[in-house]
Amino acid sequence: MLTRAWNSDLAYNFRTSPVAVASAALALILLIAATFAPWLAPHNPMDVASLSLMDSFKPPLGMADADWSNPLGTDNQGRDVLSAIMYGMRISLLVGFLSVLFAIVVGIAIGLLAGYAGGITDTMLMRVADVQLTFPSILTALLVDGVISAALPHTMREALQIYVIIFAIGISLWPNFARTVRGSTLVERNKDYVMAARVIGVPSWRIMLSHVLPNVIGPVMVIGTLGLGLAIIAEATLSFLGVGLPPTQPSLGTLIRFGDDFLFSGEWWVTVFPGLTLILMVLAINLLGDWLRDALNPRLR
Amino acid sequence: MFGFIGSRLLQAIPVLLVVGFIAFALFDYVGDPVSILAGQDATAAQRLALSHDLGLDQPFFVQYGRFLWTALHGNFGNSYRVAQPVASLLAERLPATLELAITASVLAFAIGVPMGVYTGIHRDSFLSRLMMAGSLIGVSLPTFLLGILLILAFSVGLGWLPSFGRGPVVHVGSWWTTGFTSWAGIRSLILPAITLGMFQMTLIMRLVRAEMLEVLRTDYIKFARARGLTDRSINFGHALKNTLVPVITIIGLQFGGIVAFSLVTETVFQWPGMGLLLVQSVAVADIPVMSAYLLLIALVFVLINLIVDLLYYAVDPRLRARR
Repeated sequence: MLTRAWNSDLAYNFRTSPVAVASAALALILLIAATFAPWLAPHNPMDVASLSLMDSFKPPLGMADADWSNPLGTDNQGRDVLSAIMYGMRISLLVGFLSVLFAIVVGIAIGLLAGYAGGITDTMLMRVADVQLTFPSILTALLVDGVISAALPHTMREALQIYVIIFAIGISLWPNFARTVRGSTLVERNKDYVMAARVIGVPSWRIMLSHVLPNVIGPVMVIGTLGLGLAIIAEATLSFLGVGLPPTQPSLGTLIRFGDDFLFSGEWWVTVFPGLTLILMVLAINLLGDWLRDALNPRLR
Repeated sequence: MFGFIGSRLLQAIPVLLVVGFIAFALFDYVGDPVSILAGQDATAAQRLALSHDLGLDQPFFVQYGRFLWTALHGNFGNSYRVAQPVASLLAERLPATLELAITASVLAFAIGVPMGVYTGIHRDSFLSRLMMAGSLIGVSLPTFLLGILLILAFSVGLGWLPSFGRGPVVHVGSWWTTGFTSWAGIRSLILPAITLGMFQMTLIMRLVRAEMLEVLRTDYIKFARARGLTDRSINFGHALKNTLVPVITIIGLQFGGIVAFSLVTETVFQWPGMGLLLVQSVAVADIPVMSAYLLLIALVFVLINLIVDLLYYAVDPRLRARR
């Protein structure tokens, strides 16, 4: 099984592409740093008791008065920037993954249904997707976020905010998946194996899920990878705008927003390091997505 | 011709109606404006009076009909946040957003097209690879972060350009305001326009490059080469001309996106436009502003789509021949 995977075209393509290996390595490092933040981070930024204002605005290494206990400096409350970034990445990645997952599930369901059923169902669903696609996804996410937050009672808002954000971003991304899945389904639907399955009386839902779905999953992987980059940017943007995650769950976007206030007083590191981390993370994901697209579609090269 | 426009208009109406319904549903069902406006210590009688003043005690259809009727007249009610008519709030901020969006589009076009042509012709040169790598970073760089980094470099570091606001503005006509009349106004525009235009620029560059690569492979380019035409005339006279139709379409369709997307740039630079207004309204659940903005943006998109369709009709003779 493992040797087969190692010798497959995709794995060979991966091994021989330096960009793919480098971006995968970068993504893996960031993923590990984020996942194991509670064990790897030098401090716990969530632990308010350990913070001391005496430590506030310590500069990063390489500047005067810096020391190794806070390699990337500290913020206005004496919070270690490196640790805050590692914890922040956790939240950014979690929200990113879950929103893309949500978008994929919704997109696949609607795409399969539209492509397989055809007719008026298809027209209606795709019309909705088209209309939504003309709006930038950040606007959709912002409006959905604003509307749901407004509908929730004040007391529950903060606790549920992370789910609202995941829903809002997921909803803003589903048409991409639905259109791709529909397109592939239309092609697959008329192939002989589907006909054969239908002739022997396999129910439609079963044909869709166990016969058509596996054959349309390739493009979904590509869009999913690129969508993860989009989702992470969307979450960071919403949090930066102040309508994203609450300050008790600071993501990279929240950190950048806090740091933005100190730009003019000279403490650039509070905002620049979370920003660079965000760029690296999205860049690694986009490069991987681009590589995957080219690898699965030799025609595009 | 009229049939074509007519069918396009007919297709646009359901879209507007659906968006209108969403906007109304927001308006009517979401949030509790009474508790937001009245504050904590209002009495029950005060709440009732306020709810009556806002028309919230009337039945669904009355409110829906009234919403559509007043929206058609450009009246979207009062903002919950600042208690002013939404229409005038939006109108006073529209010029700022449009000026920013148009400048950003022009910038993106003026820089993106030459870069795309260059990378398309000199496919494997070092500079092309640099530009392509740069464009990937441009796509990966979130808009708000680009704005912050530009502020850090050009406002905080070098002190060349202002980091917020629109500078001094001059009233033109009854409601338009412009920052183009003074040097300070233009200086204020530079950083936001670059921030907003960057994504479009990379998009245009990649698109022009892809189209150029495609066109340069076609037979008529080979024929032009065989005829001994100069590279210059082949590249610009024949190739570029044929790439511009899809490019103009994309720019047109993207303009609505720029207007909507300016909400991020406007927040970073505290640019007093519609986007900043929307973000401030979302933060406090100011539903009338949100639903009016939604309707306005939908209208902008429908109009732009219509214009692009008409341009197609004018540019592509095949569309006319088929009818």
